[in-house]
Amino acid sequence: MKQLVVLSGKGGTGKTSVTAALAHLASGSSGRALLVLADADVDAANLELVLAPHVLERHEFRSGKVATIDASRCSGCGECSLACRFDAIREQGGAFRVDAFACEGCAACSYVCPEHAIDMLEQQAGTWFRSASRYGPLFHAALTPGQENSGKLVALIKRQAEQAAVEFELGRMLVDGPPGIACPVIAAASGADLALVVTEPSVGGIHDLRRILDTVAHFNLPALVCINKCDLYPEGVDQIEAECSQRRCEISGRIPFDASVTEAMAHGQPVTQYAPQADASQALLQLWASLQTFWMSSGELDPLELTVRRAVDE
Amino acid sequence: MTTIAVASGKGGTGKTTIATSLVLSAPELRPVFLDCDVEAPNAHLYLHPHFDKKFVVAIPVPQIDESACSSCGLCTQVCQYNAIAVLGGKVQVFPELCHGCGSCARQCPEGAIQEVDQPVGCVQTGTSPNGQRFGRGLLDIGQAMPVPVIRALKRWQGESSGRLVVRDSPPGTACPMVETLRGADYVLLVTEPTPFGLHDLKLALEVTRMLGLPAGVLVNRSGAGNPGMEEVCQEYGVPVLMRVPLRREFGEALARGLPLVEAFPEFRLRFRELLASILHQIKLERRASRSLEGSEPHDIGLDGDR
Repeated sequence: MKQLVVLSGKGGTGKTSVTAALAHLASGSSGRALLVLADADVDAANLELVLAPHVLERHEFRSGKVATIDASRCSGCGECSLACRFDAIREQGGAFRVDAFACEGCAACSYVCPEHAIDMLEQQAGTWFRSASRYGPLFHAALTPGQENSGKLVALIKRQAEQAAVEFELGRMLVDGPPGIACPVIAAASGADLALVVTEPSVGGIHDLRRILDTVAHFNLPALVCINKCDLYPEGVDQIEAECSQRRCEISGRIPFDASVTEAMAHGQPVTQYAPQADASQALLQLWASLQTFWMSSGELDPLELTVRRAVDE
Repeated sequence: MTTIAVASGKGGTGKTTIATSLVLSAPELRPVFLDCDVEAPNAHLYLHPHFDKKFVVAIPVPQIDESACSSCGLCTQVCQYNAIAVLGGKVQVFPELCHGCGSCARQCPEGAIQEVDQPVGCVQTGTSPNGQRFGRGLLDIGQAMPVPVIRALKRWQGESSGRLVVRDSPPGTACPMVETLRGADYVLLVTEPTPFGLHDLKLALEVTRMLGLPAGVLVNRSGAGNPGMEEVCQEYGVPVLMRVPLRREFGEALARGLPLVEAFPEFRLRFRELLASILHQIKLERRASRSLEGSEPHDIGLDGDR
């Protein structure tokens, strides 16, 4: 199976719009699911807003613990507060209280409490879904706002999606990644064969492009770059080109600033479906074409496999 | 000290644009800027600080003294993060999973665990050309946990002498965003009138509600119709404080690194009004909580607005 993860470093560069368009283009005119989709941005999941999936399964994601002090057993010695390195236990009006948002669930307090007055309670950290979308099975999730463990939830989603890819004999997996460079990004990139980095020609976009390209290189993941809103700031495009050529990193797509992208989003459709003739859609079609080398390069979709499949299909 | 956190659920809605313009509009408050987006910090590109101090942020991770270790495995049981395992009769540490809580070292019956500092990032501080104090955190490439870096940056905030602190938050609604908001007096949520913006605004409002923080909304790239925005704000009882219209020339100026209030000075007055309105709300909140807890007020106001 071949796995493509869409990343960006900076938020709001257009990861989800690009992912949705690629999912649409992948399904082609066949009307048959050809890939598995995963939305790895679990604390601001938006792919479902474009793909309008039909939820088939809903599961609780329980992860992490939070300390709770039983006031009736607490002697007020304060050992817990001293042991806590996350500043999560403080004295308030003579009683020790846990700030559930600061607590990292390490249980240090419960180990040192001489009265055994601290319990570690498991948290419902989110919900994950197995859905059917227009373009294939979709795995997505909603982290409970304010929760930790987004990396674990991303890893879970991806594992489920990988299993589905095997189950349905789909050779391709497309992952909509989160912004940033930390744990959920690392979890989203883990196991991928290629990263498509969506950037924009702005001082922030270029700065963060360097951060994400450093990150994927750190994990030995090859990357392609796609420049969104490429006509917004031509000098910025020059800088991106210089950066990419220095890194020997191919620029596979240039999408112009196009109001139809936002309009398509408002209509809950990928732009390539909503306005196929729009400049952005044409650019995305070119990006899709340039990704064919990757999808076809190896794995399940080698020429022999394709021939066999074709034979079976017919 | 009064702290305003600028946050959003969705990325790229304009948090940095708004946060930098806020501090540039009120020099008399000697504002301190904290870039808490330690994964992808961008505010320095608009405020151009000269960094003169840098300190490394590290978390204490276990180091096993094999000569003293009896391989009893207690450390692997106390660790909640699977950061220690006994493999082939030997204890092995996975530092990238360690949160640095210290329990393994504290609980080891043989005293065989020492903690050693593992760098995860740094904090850089300095001053911008217009005299602004500026601090930012920078997570090292390949590191998974941004929260310790944000925490270290906030400790620096505690030592600074500014009357107004503006924190620029990372996107999302997970732990890095929560750590940025904790301890703030007010949260300004920047959103855009798209289905994505609206969806993620609701998630961000869930966080401010859970933290019990007063919040207001700024609608960026505002258009003619912003369906659903008013309803959501009403539902959560938060005001829409300002709208910045969608204009291509704003995007072009910001792309080349010009702060909004410098490229379009007519915005300065509007940002001062926005700030005055936020400071007024904070004052009211403090009055309300003071009557409950009897704490001292630290109200600040803009010149000509008292």
